[in-house]
Amino acid sequence: MKSLQLWQPWVVLLLLGMAWLGLPFHSADPSPGLEATVFILLLLGAAAGAMPVPNWLRLIVLAVAPHATAWLLIRSLLERPGSADDSFFLALAAAWLLAWQLVALLSAVRCRRRDVQASLALIIPMLFGAWILLFWEAFTRGLGIPFILLPPPSAIFARLVTSLPVIAADVNQTIFKSVLVGYLLGCGAGFLVAILADRIPFMRRGLLPIGNMVSALPIIGVAPIMVMWFGFDWHSKAAVVVIMTFFPMLVNTVAGLSVTSSIERDLMRTYAAGYWQSLVKLRLPAAAPFIFNALKINSTLALIGAIVAEFFGTPVVGMGFRISTEVGRMNVDMVWAEIAVAAVIGSLFYGVIALAERSVTFWHPSFRSGRA
Amino acid sequence: MRARGDGRVLPVAIILLAILAIWYVGTYAMNAPFQRDLDRRGGVTRSSTDFFIATMTQPKPTLPAPHQVATNVFENTFLRKITSNRSLVYHAGVTLASTLLGFAIGTALGILIAVGIVHFVSLDRSLMPWLIASQTIPILALAPMIIVVLAAVNLTGLLPKALISTYLSFFPVAVGMVKGLRSPDLINLDLMRTYHASGAQTFWKLRLPASVPFLFASMKVAIAASLVGAIVGELPTGAVAGIGAKLLAGSYYSQTIDMFAALIAGSVVALLLVTAVDLASRVVQRRMGARTA
Repeated sequence: MKSLQLWQPWVVLLLLGMAWLGLPFHSADPSPGLEATVFILLLLGAAAGAMPVPNWLRLIVLAVAPHATAWLLIRSLLERPGSADDSFFLALAAAWLLAWQLVALLSAVRCRRRDVQASLALIIPMLFGAWILLFWEAFTRGLGIPFILLPPPSAIFARLVTSLPVIAADVNQTIFKSVLVGYLLGCGAGFLVAILADRIPFMRRGLLPIGNMVSALPIIGVAPIMVMWFGFDWHSKAAVVVIMTFFPMLVNTVAGLSVTSSIERDLMRTYAAGYWQSLVKLRLPAAAPFIFNALKINSTLALIGAIVAEFFGTPVVGMGFRISTEVGRMNVDMVWAEIAVAAVIGSLFYGVIALAERSVTFWHPSFRSGRA
Repeated sequence: MRARGDGRVLPVAIILLAILAIWYVGTYAMNAPFQRDLDRRGGVTRSSTDFFIATMTQPKPTLPAPHQVATNVFENTFLRKITSNRSLVYHAGVTLASTLLGFAIGTALGILIAVGIVHFVSLDRSLMPWLIASQTIPILALAPMIIVVLAAVNLTGLLPKALISTYLSFFPVAVGMVKGLRSPDLINLDLMRTYHASGAQTFWKLRLPASVPFLFASMKVAIAASLVGAIVGELPTGAVAGIGAKLLAGSYYSQTIDMFAALIAGSVVALLLVTAVDLASRVVQRRMGARTA
């Protein structure tokens, strides 16, 4: 491990000094016990960060101290909402700096073992996400930010758990009907037209510039027209998704079908392979990275298309419907819960496609192991 | 370049004509049932030519004919005062303003994030995965809430819409700039080291110039995304002004011709913006001494 310049402990000491001058944490209801514990934990963390101790000890202290501090600080807000003082946030910032040092140390770990690499690649972003949530929680509760403006994450989670049936119905309507049907139809149609365009060069030369141009257009604007044509139910949303996903698939597949070099196509010709044989055995596999790229782009577009189309009229179920009505009723926590669910589903959708890509295009340089 | 371009004009023109023809056929097919119904109730009998013309000239057609849309666009663009509420130029201007503001903030933010990611390993390891995850989130779903919430703190007008554009446009710029700032070869970086260049000097004299082509390529994607954000951002504001508002108003009153005209206006704005970025990129790169490809 190369030696790192670590400045965080000294800033932590500075922040703690300032926090000391600004005590107590909660002007309304001081709690010396909490304050003492927080200071001891943070001083321990700073000491472990600055002094020459074994690395394993430093990592353990840095992993425990800042997060225990943050937990104590946020728990103390439960009884005294909206009463946090400057020194409270200084202490939180000090804890965050220690966590940053932990991340810097973890980022510098060079280990050959793949399981260690993989878990580090998971832990580091997780820490980052956790601290965003911690700050969010601390600021909304500590400063007493109005619930309507920004509810704390814990309230969103509580809402999510209590209204699971409603959310499940929305997901069923939006994801399993509009998005999936539209996605399959749109990607399938784009793929078939791409094959057709590949077969007829004249069509390819005409369609490709048009397809490229259309990809810059705000296609989402067709949503109200589709709602007018196909009614309020999921069919109109699926139609929007079909239109949005069609062009990326078309353009990418056509581009992918042209990546094989003439030497490879000549080899197929020496095998006396016909058009379809060389398509299935050579050119489609070679186009797979492009096709998967389109599938990934489309996974996001499909969700956006379906949700936005629901703003223009739906039956009384669906994620876009729920979001727009609950905003009107100022139930902001429900809106955030829907968005959290949409985010998780969007990431899962993307993740499934990425996994499929990995198993289909395992031969592609970007997936071959052997990179250091 | 020119020779290749000439080879495309004919196929593109023919396919566009084919689309136009299909559009006319579709207009007839989609408007015919309603027209037949109308005629039966009114007790009108028409010849087939007359009937065909009637389907092309409905005031609120299911699918407006291309010439109806073209007339509407022409009237509302050139024959109205720009300040008029019905002028497409006015609405396009409103959308353009928030698009450009959001694009500017988004580009600045994206460059800032990219510089951070390139210079701090811990940021690279912790922020990059979230950046990618942030784009799998259907963020447009946030649009109505951002608008309503910011309106609650008396922040209305341009900025809330621009924020949605910002969110959509910062990601392509950030990813493109990370790639661009890392694009200098090891040999160039070594050369800077032999000059005893500081980190800042390496950044300004090597990394930043090397990233310019990447920046413009990602700005082209970003500005298209920014326009989508602005249009969607106009939907929940209650249809005041802008292309999105025009679409929403059209869908309330079944003014299909107006909706298509708004779509055309949005497309024209998108093409103009992308072309503008493309032109800027050519000028800048020629000034920087790049050979035209």
